[in-house]
Amino acid sequence: MPHVQSVIHPAGIEAARASHLWWLIFGICAAVWIAVAMAALIAIRTGRRAASRATDRQLGTNIAVAGALSAVVLIAILFESVLTGRAEDAIRTPDALHLQVTANQWWWDVQYVNDLPSLNVTTANEIHLPVGRPVRIDLLSTDVIHSLWIPSLQGKVDLIPGRLNELWLQADRAGVYRGQCAEYCGLQHAKMALVVVAEAPDAFERWLAANRAPAVPPSTPEQERGKAVVERGPCAMCHNITGTLAGARSAPDLTHIGSRSTIAAGTLPNTRGYLGGWIADPQHVKPGNRMPVPGLSDEQLQAVIAYLESLK
Amino acid sequence: MPRTTRTRRIKGPRTTRTLLVLVAALALLAGCEREARRYQELPAAANRETAVRVGQLEPGAPQQNASVRSPYQDNAWGIGEGKRLYGAYNCAPCHGANGGGAIGPPLMDEKWIYGSQPDQIFATISQGRPDGMPSFGGHIPAQQIWQLVAYVQSMAGQVAPTNAAGRNDDQATGPPESRRSPLVPVQTGHR
Repeated sequence: MPHVQSVIHPAGIEAARASHLWWLIFGICAAVWIAVAMAALIAIRTGRRAASRATDRQLGTNIAVAGALSAVVLIAILFESVLTGRAEDAIRTPDALHLQVTANQWWWDVQYVNDLPSLNVTTANEIHLPVGRPVRIDLLSTDVIHSLWIPSLQGKVDLIPGRLNELWLQADRAGVYRGQCAEYCGLQHAKMALVVVAEAPDAFERWLAANRAPAVPPSTPEQERGKAVVERGPCAMCHNITGTLAGARSAPDLTHIGSRSTIAAGTLPNTRGYLGGWIADPQHVKPGNRMPVPGLSDEQLQAVIAYLESLK
Repeated sequence: MPRTTRTRRIKGPRTTRTLLVLVAALALLAGCEREARRYQELPAAANRETAVRVGQLEPGAPQQNASVRSPYQDNAWGIGEGKRLYGAYNCAPCHGANGGGAIGPPLMDEKWIYGSQPDQIFATISQGRPDGMPSFGGHIPAQQIWQLVAYVQSMAGQVAPTNAAGRNDDQATGPPESRRSPLVPVQTGHR
């Protein structure tokens, strides 16, 4: 999926600061490398003769100057790093959008936290953000250490079991960005991605309102059968679909699965074919992932796909 | 200077090298089989359920128990998955977090109401039992039920200690599954 995932193409102020720092350090290091390479070349050309002519005093002065210069360059880098870190902290405001992201092997649980719990929104593997508003993301993990990295928006922060970490970011340019788990967390670490959609504030509010609603009731007989399979079969053992009998919390929330752009944590596009292939044999796509082969019959599978696709 | 150390490392005494290679090969060999992970296919032993018998009294000649081996009882990964599912599928609230029992019967002792054979445990989980045990057949896929069976066996010390699940992340109140002594199972037919 061609979503932007690049440190050097920042789409938010925090990533822009980090990118600026990165280019500065890159420039300094490149200059130092070129200087060292030149010095080495000169030394190779002139050989030992020039060195033996220099007095101890001259050599001592040269070393002192080079040492002082190195210290100045390193301190300059440190200074700029500290300044960048302080500037990144300035984004923290009490009226920021409040999210809670919980990492699981190998998917992301996303909650939009509201003071009124009935207005909370739960989704998975996809984050929508309003452009131009600071966002605070509380980071939790249920199993092992993960790390949330959305390179276009912010640096990475670890999600550690039993510990609450915070990630602050702000998207300044609308677009679709890709995030990735950046701490090896087991078999399917590489296929643990999430999609970040930055959009205009009114579009975001519409999305949030749509996601607060319970699942759409089935409108065709096939969807009706699919709902029955989901509720009475293996799906409801782990998944939640608000407004139905499926109310488990140990797998991605499916209340609005039909409106998401990817399935299996950013692994596959959310189309009818991929969805069917995933449900028929999740272990083929992501071997070792937590979703077992549910063993549905062909009719049951088609009905479940039809129902899940209708959950816009 | 670096050249001499390098040469020494490469040459070395031949016996030591041979010994090291041998030890490494043995260590690798020991890691075979135990950890084979089968994500998809269900081993042949599966899907075989036997009738429930809760007593010794029966008409005709005594029937032999079907000796079905649990497909995961020699598999550390399968037993570990069973341990994870034991928590995920809410077995713990009734049977105790470590199998010590609560509102449901304990699973770490030698008493088995409906039998300790793998196929009997499978049937118990799949069909459910009177007085509270729900039927999970059709909800939990058979492969995962077999993983649960292997973990339930391990709680009473019925699997090899080398295959038992990893230790708990939180404070343990009893010996881990790998340290539980194998008990002689008794089928009681009642609590």
